[in-house]
Amino acid sequence: MSESTSNAKGAVPASAEGADPQKRSAAFQIEDLHVWYGNRAVLHGISLNIPVRQVTGIIGPSGCGKSTFLRVLNRMHEFTPGVDVQGRIRLFGEDIYESRVDPILLRRRVGMVFQKSNPFPTMSIQENVLIGLRLAGIRNRGLLEERLEEALRMSALWSEVKDRLHAPGTALSGGQQQRLCIARALAIRPEVLLMDEPCSALDPIATAQIESLIRDLGQRYSIVLVTHNLQEAGRTADFTAFFLEGRLIEFGSTKKMFTNPSQKQTEDYLTGRFS
Amino acid sequence: MNPFRRDPSSDALRPSARTRSLTRSVGIGRILDRGFGILVTAAGISVLALAALVGWELYRGAEKAIGRYGAGFLVSSHWDPVTGRFGALPFLYGTLVSSAIALLLAFPLSVATALSLTEFAPIWLRRPVLTLVDLMSAVPSVVWGLWAMFEMVPWLRQTGFPFLQRVFGWLPFFQGPIYGVSLLAGALVIAMMITPIVTSLAIEILRSVPPTLREAVWALGATRWEVMCVGVLPYARSALVGAGVLGLGRALGETMAVTMVIGNRPDILLSLFAPGYTLASVLVNEFAEATSEEHLSALFEIGLTLVVVTFVINFLARLLIHNVPLFFAPRPLPTQPMEMHR
Repeated sequence: MSESTSNAKGAVPASAEGADPQKRSAAFQIEDLHVWYGNRAVLHGISLNIPVRQVTGIIGPSGCGKSTFLRVLNRMHEFTPGVDVQGRIRLFGEDIYESRVDPILLRRRVGMVFQKSNPFPTMSIQENVLIGLRLAGIRNRGLLEERLEEALRMSALWSEVKDRLHAPGTALSGGQQQRLCIARALAIRPEVLLMDEPCSALDPIATAQIESLIRDLGQRYSIVLVTHNLQEAGRTADFTAFFLEGRLIEFGSTKKMFTNPSQKQTEDYLTGRFS
Repeated sequence: MNPFRRDPSSDALRPSARTRSLTRSVGIGRILDRGFGILVTAAGISVLALAALVGWELYRGAEKAIGRYGAGFLVSSHWDPVTGRFGALPFLYGTLVSSAIALLLAFPLSVATALSLTEFAPIWLRRPVLTLVDLMSAVPSVVWGLWAMFEMVPWLRQTGFPFLQRVFGWLPFFQGPIYGVSLLAGALVIAMMITPIVTSLAIEILRSVPPTLREAVWALGATRWEVMCVGVLPYARSALVGAGVLGLGRALGETMAVTMVIGNRPDILLSLFAPGYTLASVLVNEFAEATSEEHLSALFEIGLTLVVVTFVINFLARLLIHNVPLFFAPRPLPTQPMEMHR
């Protein structure tokens, strides 16, 4: 698929100058993605490209399928029985639903941060960060130490925890726990980071910290950020996709979409004229 | 339209509006509420009273034996109602050893079953096995005993025990003559009886592990085995131990089936192939024919011992289960923790 074809059915890319995400090189190329829970379709023919090293926000009302969309990107939906996926998703050109693909290896390249921070309660801060590397079989102490600091620095947690790396992960504050979870995801150096409403359980100060962190990480990683908070998408995302009832309504640069949306439904949603 | 906007036509917020009183006259609802509270409190207290009464009755019955034998009752191993010598050690030994072996066999099996039903087995298999496990825990003790007496013991005598003796005969536990009825046969029956209960508990515990914890491990690119080792088991560890100890509590009191296969001989022998005796078994066997006062009193003390042992074990289990912070205590990974000082 050439990168210039924007064959998003129903999606109208907002084509501001140079701001068309479909014209950028893509981390994920998603073509005609359908997802069913049993007989109920939750995503109807989504096509879009997730641009490389940018933050792509996914917004939409509850139940529009944005979390489901995120989960099929690293095949986490496979633990929910009765979910059916059709269409094609390629990660840097490789079809992730091909039978030879090992979802375990996929998840090492596509990290995930969840709505509720979920550090492992029985592990220290250090063990939480390093567990992914240990699972990947890395035993080299030098490398582990290096990655520990790297991940904690990238998640802006290093200065706060460097003196208590052996304290339990659950001893941290809510915002710190979420940053710990981000560090845990970053330690295995994924290429894409999926974030499922990472700030929805945090207070405004912790939220601001995480949002600024996401903007920084967006320079180095391809991030997909699902959020129900429009301001959050406005503040952190380079590109925004608006989902409604399982369809992609509009996808374009955040600035363009928030100031001059091309679709009536997007405008209604952004201005709160939606019930 | 803001529903909370003050509506000038409504007088609900005006000072002049009739205020709703905070005190109220006694109504029927309030009486019923009080009455129900008293009723359920009484039910709760009656359980306490019942336990106290049982304890008191046991103690009164055993008073004579306690005064006469003192601590010697628990350390002496001679039990001879004819000559009037009463030492409970063989029964205590039989109870503790058979229960411990039963738990040793049943606990890993139960946890493995629970893990398979919550983490590994295909969905279509889970429901039927779960139902079967629940059904098994409803089989009466005497039915297990009958089956064990007519099927298991003969098989053990002819096949099972000789095999064990061939392989492990160098251990003192597997030496000596084989009768079939034995401490080990009793332990096996107990193991079969507590497995369904411990499995049910373990399934509930594993189901209570937050799904977010499992997802966190999955998202790091983990296999199912790793999800189990990293996410599920560390979280559930102490609760699972608690389930095991509750199973042990059940094992200690198991009576009918054990009595039918354990051999009922009050001796302390190292061989597990030798017949043994338990506290519960001697009660059920001798109570009906205890004629002398000393004998009866000694049996009461046996009962008291059994209650105390079970109580202590259950108390320990409760400590383990309710000590929730234990779950969250940090624990070093299997590998050495690395030192980082900067």
